[in-house]
Amino acid sequence: MNFNIPFMSYRRVATISSLLLLVLSVGSLSFKGLNLGLDFSGGTLIEVSYEQAADLAEIRDLVFTNGFDDFQVVNFGSNSDVLIKVADKNGNSQIGDVVFKFLQAADPAIELKRIEFVGPQIGTELRDQGGLGMLVALGMILLYVAFRFQYKFALGAVAALAHDVVIIFGLFSLFSWDFDLTVLAALLAVIGYSLNDTIVVSDRIRENFRGERGYEPEEIVNKSINQTLSRTLITSLTTLLVLLALFFFGGDMIRGFSQALIIGVLIGTYSSIYVVANMLLGLSITQDDLAIPEPEGAEFDDMP
Amino acid sequence: MNRFSPLTHAFIVLVLSIGILYSLPNLYPAKPAIQVAYTDSSKSADQRLLSDVEQILTSNSILVESVGLKENNIVAKFSSFDDQLAAKAALQKNLLDQAIVALNLEPSTPQWLRDIGGGPLKLGLDLSGGVHFLLEVDIENALDNRLESLLNEYRKKFRDDRIGVESSTKDDTVLTFAFVSDEDYNKAIRAFNEDNITAVGTSLYDLQLNSIRNIVSLKYSQSAIKEIRDYAVGQNLMTLRNRVNELGVSEPIVQRQGSSRIVVQLPGVQDTTAAKKIIGKTANLEFRLEAAPTASRLRKEEFSYQDERMGSAYLEKKIIVAGERVTNANSGFDESGFAQVNITLDMQGGRAMQKATNGNIGRRLGVLFVEQKNKSTLVIDDAGNEAIEQTSYIEKRIISLATVQAVLGTNFRITGVGSPQEASELALLLRAGALAAPMKFVEERTVGPSLGKENIQLGVRSIIMGLLSVIAFMFFYYRWFGLAANIALFANVVLITGFMSLLGATLTLPGIAGIVLTIGMAVDANVLIFSRIREELKEGKDPQTAIQEGFSRAFVTIVDANVTTLIASIVLYAIGTGPVKGFAITLSIGILTSMFTAILGTRAIVNLMYGNKNIKELRV
Repeated sequence: MNFNIPFMSYRRVATISSLLLLVLSVGSLSFKGLNLGLDFSGGTLIEVSYEQAADLAEIRDLVFTNGFDDFQVVNFGSNSDVLIKVADKNGNSQIGDVVFKFLQAADPAIELKRIEFVGPQIGTELRDQGGLGMLVALGMILLYVAFRFQYKFALGAVAALAHDVVIIFGLFSLFSWDFDLTVLAALLAVIGYSLNDTIVVSDRIRENFRGERGYEPEEIVNKSINQTLSRTLITSLTTLLVLLALFFFGGDMIRGFSQALIIGVLIGTYSSIYVVANMLLGLSITQDDLAIPEPEGAEFDDMP
Repeated sequence: MNRFSPLTHAFIVLVLSIGILYSLPNLYPAKPAIQVAYTDSSKSADQRLLSDVEQILTSNSILVESVGLKENNIVAKFSSFDDQLAAKAALQKNLLDQAIVALNLEPSTPQWLRDIGGGPLKLGLDLSGGVHFLLEVDIENALDNRLESLLNEYRKKFRDDRIGVESSTKDDTVLTFAFVSDEDYNKAIRAFNEDNITAVGTSLYDLQLNSIRNIVSLKYSQSAIKEIRDYAVGQNLMTLRNRVNELGVSEPIVQRQGSSRIVVQLPGVQDTTAAKKIIGKTANLEFRLEAAPTASRLRKEEFSYQDERMGSAYLEKKIIVAGERVTNANSGFDESGFAQVNITLDMQGGRAMQKATNGNIGRRLGVLFVEQKNKSTLVIDDAGNEAIEQTSYIEKRIISLATVQAVLGTNFRITGVGSPQEASELALLLRAGALAAPMKFVEERTVGPSLGKENIQLGVRSIIMGLLSVIAFMFFYYRWFGLAANIALFANVVLITGFMSLLGATLTLPGIAGIVLTIGMAVDANVLIFSRIREELKEGKDPQTAIQEGFSRAFVTIVDANVTTLIASIVLYAIGTGPVKGFAITLSIGILTSMFTAILGTRAIVNLMYGNKNIKELRV
């Protein structure tokens, strides 16, 4: 496939829509916050399976009359599977057993699928560790890209990653999707994936800057994006294919995970085209920035 | 042109064979098996139990594939689940409380594969079903108790030695003694020094002296706190292992995590309430006075000795102190060289002991060991079938009954406990019965067996669907080159399975997601290479040069792109726990193997298809 799309002519449109998305995300995050899953909020979760469609209102009544007030009862997967989440600040680990006992007393045919209890301090720890991990990953990637390319590329790459991560956070906040540990794992995988794309585009920009003299930076960037476009689209497509397989066939326990990744792949593809290139042009990259070939590049050129 | 050297071919074949070899054990299905162990965890399975098991199986004409001793258990493998269940019923009926019979799955890996260290992938709890507990040892509490008993020890010592103390207080983690005169102050410092508590050079305490105001303050040093923490966690770990053994679970995990946490994983356990009760129980020691012969029946109870030859004795119904108050117990020797057991109680326990023994010198004090046990009985159920009914009951046996010589406090000793060997066993029982520091559940995850099976099915289905759709796309889009990439992709899945089995990594549901994601991303390297070859062709290069250039130019990009993803997955491994770690492991292994298969594997296939041939036209 040959592409010759004047991507860089739409720079302003892209910048404005990225900024709009970011503002919306940050706004939703600060006013609405994330709907933290059990891993981060702490509490107890009980999943039970009924033989026939479960009457949620009845179950709610039952939980309430047994003395709990801060809880949620929802269907999980099918209408005979029920998920009950009980919040408890004191970290009482007995709640799961207690709830299952009285549900079973009301309907002996139910089957226990899982109980999860996360104490309040573990929740806080996981939250801190997760946030820290995110920052460490971004920092290390920044260093690697700065070392392998040039600091303007590193800034571009990290801006693209931050862009993706903030928007995914924002969407999870906006739609109140459950944000748990697997979603965090998916976010880190998105960082890896989006970076993959970014590096491929950056690599081509670097190559073209070095190889072809006498062009405007904008022309070179545009050409590079077009050259890598078919690869960018195909890889996104194959990755999306497997993610859709996970989303539809992988079951409810990893639906949040595949959902975060699907959004991540879409946004990551967009950001590798626009955010990096935009940053590079914004930082006014010139041929001189890349004039001296780095020894690391040369080292690999003859292999394999 | 475009031929690999025989050495490169040999390398590819070598890596592939290792991958195939170690992924082979996963093709042998796990066989239903039964584990039999003595109920008494101090006894390991022997020939007698083995022949009992064999005899029970033959007399019930149950087909068994193999029976043998494995570690402390007897393991019997069966060819069908029906046989396994029939065998369990028969064994339980005949052995009843003598042995614990647990259902189990044993890998049927052939001997030659096991000899080279091969084995199937371990399944995480989310796939096998079971319980995961995370317990936190409350070190603060242990430190507090010890400091408080130290305070009382010195209060008593200063009183006995007639050292004038103006005030003695415990403030959070610091003990402060103020003395009446310089003389008292100096005497006290000598007393401390005699106990190896000095202002300089001591490793256990930090001592601060104020000679103007005659004040001595004392607190634990950092190294002492670490030592106490290690002792408490180690002690609790041992106690937990003993308790978990009572559950009769195959392959339980009881491990320390971080500085003060303990992970307990019990695969296949369904009754979490029972498991929690046994793991979380604390009071399994009781100190009671021997009942006076004239005491009414209402106030005394008869208990038998742990050592059955000694018969039984009457103890009072009133419990002075229970096991949770024991902070330490060890064996030693008394002045005349007889074995003794030194016991340390916490403050509250010491006070209760003091009150109870005051005025009762000369009477005997009994120590009861309390165990929760299960009793199985054969019953005929409503339908007229034989069934085994399990009832749990509490058994209390006397482990020591000794005369009280003086008023007891937080520290006392039991003498007349027999040989040094018996003394150390008693100390062990006392310690095992007690936790060095209280623990609380901070995390618990239970996965029912049906959900585990469901997760495996869903995981396998999504791997197959993902793999098929990518393979179809690659073939239709790239034709022959796509075929090469597909073969490499398939090799990649085999390599991931092989290396994960070899490393003994645990497969979890997010781990399966990691494999699926790797499948999607692995073709990226090939897509990069193929797009490059297309470009080279478009620039008018001949097919052979185009292949050569395509591979070598894409190489740098592929390395850069994968190293950065690897960084992200290593961070994920470092911060993640349980399932997320599983995802990070599969993702990292997947990145490495996919680089190998995409760069070397695909190249080898393309070389075999086109290398050294005169190609006029190349379609990519």
